[in-house]
Amino acid sequence: MSVTSGDVDAAFDYLLPSLGADMDEGRVLEWRVDVGDTVHRGDLMAVIETEKSDIDIEIWHDGVVEAFLVPIGELIAVGTPIVRLRPTGESVDRPTSEPVDELAAQPTARSATHPATPPVTHSAAPPAATPVRSRVPASPLARRLAAERGLDLVALAGTGPGGAIVAADVRGVPAAATVERRRPPTSMRTLIAERMSKANREIPHYHLARDVDVGRLDTWLTERNASRPITERLLPAACYIRAVALAASRHRDFNGSWVDDEFAPADSVNVAMAISLRTGGLVTPHVADADQHSLDQIMSTLNELVAGARSGTLRASWMTGSTITITNLGDSGADLVHGVISPPQVALVGFGRSRRSPWVIDDLVTIRPIVTVTLAADHRATDGAAGSRFLATIAHHLEHPEDL
Amino acid sequence: MSSLDADTDERIDAEVVPSMTYREAMREALRDALATDDRVFIMGEDVADYGGTYAVTKGLYEEFGRDRVRNTPLSESGFVGAGIGAALGGLRPIVEIMTVNFSLLALDQVVNTAATLLHMSGGQLNVPLVIRTTTGAGRQLAAQHSHSLEGWFAHVPGLKVVAPATPEDARWMLPTALADPNPVIIFEHATLYNESGPVDPVLGPVDIDRAAVRRHGSDLTIVASAGMVSKALAAADLLSAAGMSAEVIDLRSLRPLDFDTMAASLARTSRALVVDEGWRTGGLSAEISAGLTERCFWSLDAPIARLASAEVPIPYAKHLETAAIPQIEDIVAAAHDLVGDR
Repeated sequence: MSVTSGDVDAAFDYLLPSLGADMDEGRVLEWRVDVGDTVHRGDLMAVIETEKSDIDIEIWHDGVVEAFLVPIGELIAVGTPIVRLRPTGESVDRPTSEPVDELAAQPTARSATHPATPPVTHSAAPPAATPVRSRVPASPLARRLAAERGLDLVALAGTGPGGAIVAADVRGVPAAATVERRRPPTSMRTLIAERMSKANREIPHYHLARDVDVGRLDTWLTERNASRPITERLLPAACYIRAVALAASRHRDFNGSWVDDEFAPADSVNVAMAISLRTGGLVTPHVADADQHSLDQIMSTLNELVAGARSGTLRASWMTGSTITITNLGDSGADLVHGVISPPQVALVGFGRSRRSPWVIDDLVTIRPIVTVTLAADHRATDGAAGSRFLATIAHHLEHPEDL
Repeated sequence: MSSLDADTDERIDAEVVPSMTYREAMREALRDALATDDRVFIMGEDVADYGGTYAVTKGLYEEFGRDRVRNTPLSESGFVGAGIGAALGGLRPIVEIMTVNFSLLALDQVVNTAATLLHMSGGQLNVPLVIRTTTGAGRQLAAQHSHSLEGWFAHVPGLKVVAPATPEDARWMLPTALADPNPVIIFEHATLYNESGPVDPVLGPVDIDRAAVRRHGSDLTIVASAGMVSKALAAADLLSAAGMSAEVIDLRSLRPLDFDTMAASLARTSRALVVDEGWRTGGLSAEISAGLTERCFWSLDAPIARLASAEVPIPYAKHLETAAIPQIEDIVAAAHDLVGDR
């Protein structure tokens, strides 16, 4: 065993995290680390397949990878130990990967004590190996046949060139074989259908709308962006996130979740952004602690979120723990959106397009750029009057961009 | 019963198709064309009393006279241009270019004129020109007489490019090419002239835009043309002895490429090896590989493999020439690499 006696307290297991409110199982698609690697807080450990998408998971401790505890491709429950680590600085008694079955068969009680993690001297650490995608080599035909038959390629032995799995390897598997049956592919559509049905079934929504003059915001953004390179320019979406975050930090009843018949306010303000995918469907990664971060920081994070969403490489930390959601349909031309809350959250703020409209200022009709901001809120948690004040705060922030 | 009658009867009984060489088949096609259509004439370097560098036109000068079988100066650009003019004027010229290497001197006439006039004249001027030329290595003729440049011509819209690989196609592709209202280039592989094979004397004109499955198989498809077809078939025999069943496709037409036939074959075999005597980079094998991948990706059990000539000018030395172009054992090895250990 890699865990030598006496070191059990020091070694610790990394558990399969829940990457969404409704994730209860997943499977490791590939490891991003090797046995013997020194990992640091924030490093990517593995790619996990969930019903929703493939997600990179991070580690929150420093340590050295001792062993992988589950085989690639096996369906495992959330909370299952998947990697054993030891504190950095200890010697490895066996650098190779341990037999998985032997370790997995042991009841691996999760150590409550956090490992002592001595400071890591980065310069002394070996350079982290570039992660290499180690997909199972299989021909397109073999993949198609396996999918049709519900077979998992991971469980098959390849006889093609370089050990690749070819059609004959799939066709040769008897129907009653012991390979595990892959779940029918659950599309993102199905998941959205489930979540939104649950929302409309269980959440008594109320909807409010407020027109906001974004003229000053536009001018302010134009001036601010004029002297910046394109990559550092601010978009209105970043301002929306910031405005909602500031409002949510003040109106805490809209920031949290409805669980077990009561509202649980969240400690932080993690503003999720609905990002539609070109392939259809949407994902809602969040900007963590958006009330604590500057507009520039939010913009930078937003760029990462969009890139991650579009390339299917969202980090787990972006996907879990959202406390409120924004949907911004302005780009696609809708004037206003009557949103559906993403459970267990209790509020969703919608932004329509900016349109030049007649607007009254000091009893004079003028033309201003107007955005209709909407609130879909959970009537179990809040009432319309509170919602109206929440909207007013958002409007105030958008009307005073210099304070954002 | 006379012996002649006995032979004839036996032949009919056994449905034996007469055998002739590729050279004889091509000559027979030319003779037939000259005899049946007085618009047809042949011109080229040494095609008349000398009988052609590869002796394809031997005897035709004596039979049809100097108006129908004409020698030209050593000026490919000039006599191909003359052929285009004759075609525009209503004749059906068959222009022989000694080897494809020399066709480069006529490239301007072929690409800028023959292939484009129909389009540039808004459909008013078609060019019913047939060009015959030899291609390929294997006869120790060195780098200026041994290249396989048919892929270059297959690149050009406005041309049809065919490569008969059997005596029967040599015999019966020509009338179809002559009947075509637009330019057709026939590539004759130099090593095929002495090869014999059955030629149906009454088959009649055959299509010049479809590939042919020359051998049926189930494990992989070998796509070949011209001189590579017989090598592919020989390789398939060896593979069969090793337990591998190879289907062999003779492209016949290099432009257009018959992807329907190739894709149908790939649907059965899931693997393809493209054997091309041309160079690999930017070559016909690349086009075939890409086209098959686009059409058949989800049916592929292995990447489309290519076997092409070494990226060198074809050497003179026998052993180097042999090493430079795909050989039977190379095809066998590539097939094993493609299919894997079995």
